[in-house]
Amino acid sequence: MYDTEDFLPLTPEERESSEALRPSRTYWADAWSRLKDDRAAMFGLAVILAVIVLAVLGPVFSRYEYDGMDFNVSNDPPSLAHWFGCDMFGRDLFVRVMYGARISLAVGFIASFISLFIGVVYGGISGYVGGKLDDVMMRVVDVIYSVPAMIYVILLMVVVGPGLSSIFITLGISYWAPMARMVRAEVMRLKNEEFVTSARVAGASSARILFRHIIPNAMGAVIVTLTFSVPGAIFTEAFLSFVGLGVSAPMASWGVLSSDAVPAMAIYPWQLFFPAGAISITILAFNFLGDGLRDALDPKLRK
Amino acid sequence: MVHISRYILRRILSGLITLFIVITITFFMMRAIPGGPFTDEKAIPEFVAAKMSERYGLNDPVHVQYMRYLSGILRLDLGPSYRYEGMTVNELIAGGFPVSCAVGGLALLFSLMAGIPAGVISALKRGKWQDRLAMVLATVGVTVPSFVIASLLVYVLAMRLGWVNVGFWDGISTAWLPAVTLALYPAAFISRLVRSGMLEVLGQDYIRTAYAKGLSERRVIYIHALKNAVIPVITYLGPLTAGILTGSFVIEQVYGVPGLGTFFVTSISNRDYTTIMGVTIFYSAILVAFNIAADICLSFADPRIKLR
Repeated sequence: MYDTEDFLPLTPEERESSEALRPSRTYWADAWSRLKDDRAAMFGLAVILAVIVLAVLGPVFSRYEYDGMDFNVSNDPPSLAHWFGCDMFGRDLFVRVMYGARISLAVGFIASFISLFIGVVYGGISGYVGGKLDDVMMRVVDVIYSVPAMIYVILLMVVVGPGLSSIFITLGISYWAPMARMVRAEVMRLKNEEFVTSARVAGASSARILFRHIIPNAMGAVIVTLTFSVPGAIFTEAFLSFVGLGVSAPMASWGVLSSDAVPAMAIYPWQLFFPAGAISITILAFNFLGDGLRDALDPKLRK
Repeated sequence: MVHISRYILRRILSGLITLFIVITITFFMMRAIPGGPFTDEKAIPEFVAAKMSERYGLNDPVHVQYMRYLSGILRLDLGPSYRYEGMTVNELIAGGFPVSCAVGGLALLFSLMAGIPAGVISALKRGKWQDRLAMVLATVGVTVPSFVIASLLVYVLAMRLGWVNVGFWDGISTAWLPAVTLALYPAAFISRLVRSGMLEVLGQDYIRTAYAKGLSERRVIYIHALKNAVIPVITYLGPLTAGILTGSFVIEQVYGVPGLGTFFVTSISNRDYTTIMGVTIFYSAILVAFNIAADICLSFADPRIKLR
């Protein structure tokens, strides 16, 4: 049957040929190298980082306060002293737009993380347990889907009252349905994989399998969904501010700044254009990054 | 045909259940608001408030009020408005909805008329400048908030150039600009859908068969390919309606259109709870109806889809 010759150790040449030529790369390193080559996505990432830096450091280094009024410069057009001009109270618009970035970005990220948390737990349980429970849980999601999210965001805002924390909570508990659907699909795909079986054989509990083994493997898709839900939340906050349910003065998100500027748009158009431009560029950047991440994290989806 | 009518019946039933849930949640959310509906900046005398609570039946236990509201809805009666003295929510909706319907219907039409050809052209000219241009426009349409575009259009077209008048309502002649603005986002989205649908379809065997039979290119593209490429658009019809509904809140305000969206936003700032409730339920009903209609259309358009 077998000869002793079959069990000889490898010669040095044989060993060399069977060794991996390149160091093994993790999934994330691989995705990053794909993302780096995507010019639109890198542009988006750069813009987002720039906006974050300006939002965090800008107001600190500015000569002006976001609520510092100076009636000598009311409604001044953009100049060297006031790059974006001034509003009707003589407040510097540049610092207000940077300060607004803090609020808009905070709304975008915090609301998205709340909806991510709810969606991952909900979709994870629904997909992992399956059966009757899955049916019921997905029925609930269907009902949520059949009413425009904006309407119950507005309803919730009316109930909890305007303010920054109500916006976080309201957006967070209104926009988790897409995340839940996506996570459920991922979990259903992954739960029959061999690594799950081996984890079960090793005696891991269901909760551990779901949250330590399955969910981390679904992270790519979760991150892609997140990149699209952050601008969605920024957008919704701007919309809410526009209909008068946003944060209240003297705080100002981009939405508040834009909606404040609309009545006097004909005379002081720059008061609208700068905050509106900031919203548009940021949302555009997130969309570019999201498209790039989708291609980078899941090459199968690439067309 | 029997199974189709059973399918439709089932969808309508589940739509009604959805609506029931929406009504219940809306009702109890409105009840959860701290302070009564007549809490106002200017204090009203105690006995007036009591009288008004009496008249609107607010002194009854909550479940009695809930049952009364439900039975009202069964009779298609959404109750009186708290703020517009002597008006019912039905009358408010009857006043605003036709206007919103004209703008929204036009927007629906525009978005299909712009989105489908743009998608087809960019798929046929894949990688060429036509494709690039269409996709850049589509990206801008999806990323720039509608109120920004609306304000820009008002600023440029009405204030700088003086080509159009805005801020008042004069029937269809003032409807087209708000409708175009409202259509931008869905048109952008539809063009992306049609483009990817078209690219997928054009690579399939039956298209090659059609060419091999000697059909003209025009016939193959516009009859054979397009039919299947627009199927995703039918699926999008539900979200599209939702988008036009919620988009109208802002667009109507910017353009001064006296539609239902404007009423809804005003009722929010007025804390007119019955109107908020009624309009929410009305919107949900429209959306549920459109979703069902879209699914039925889809089952006719694509026989591969299994009815469940």
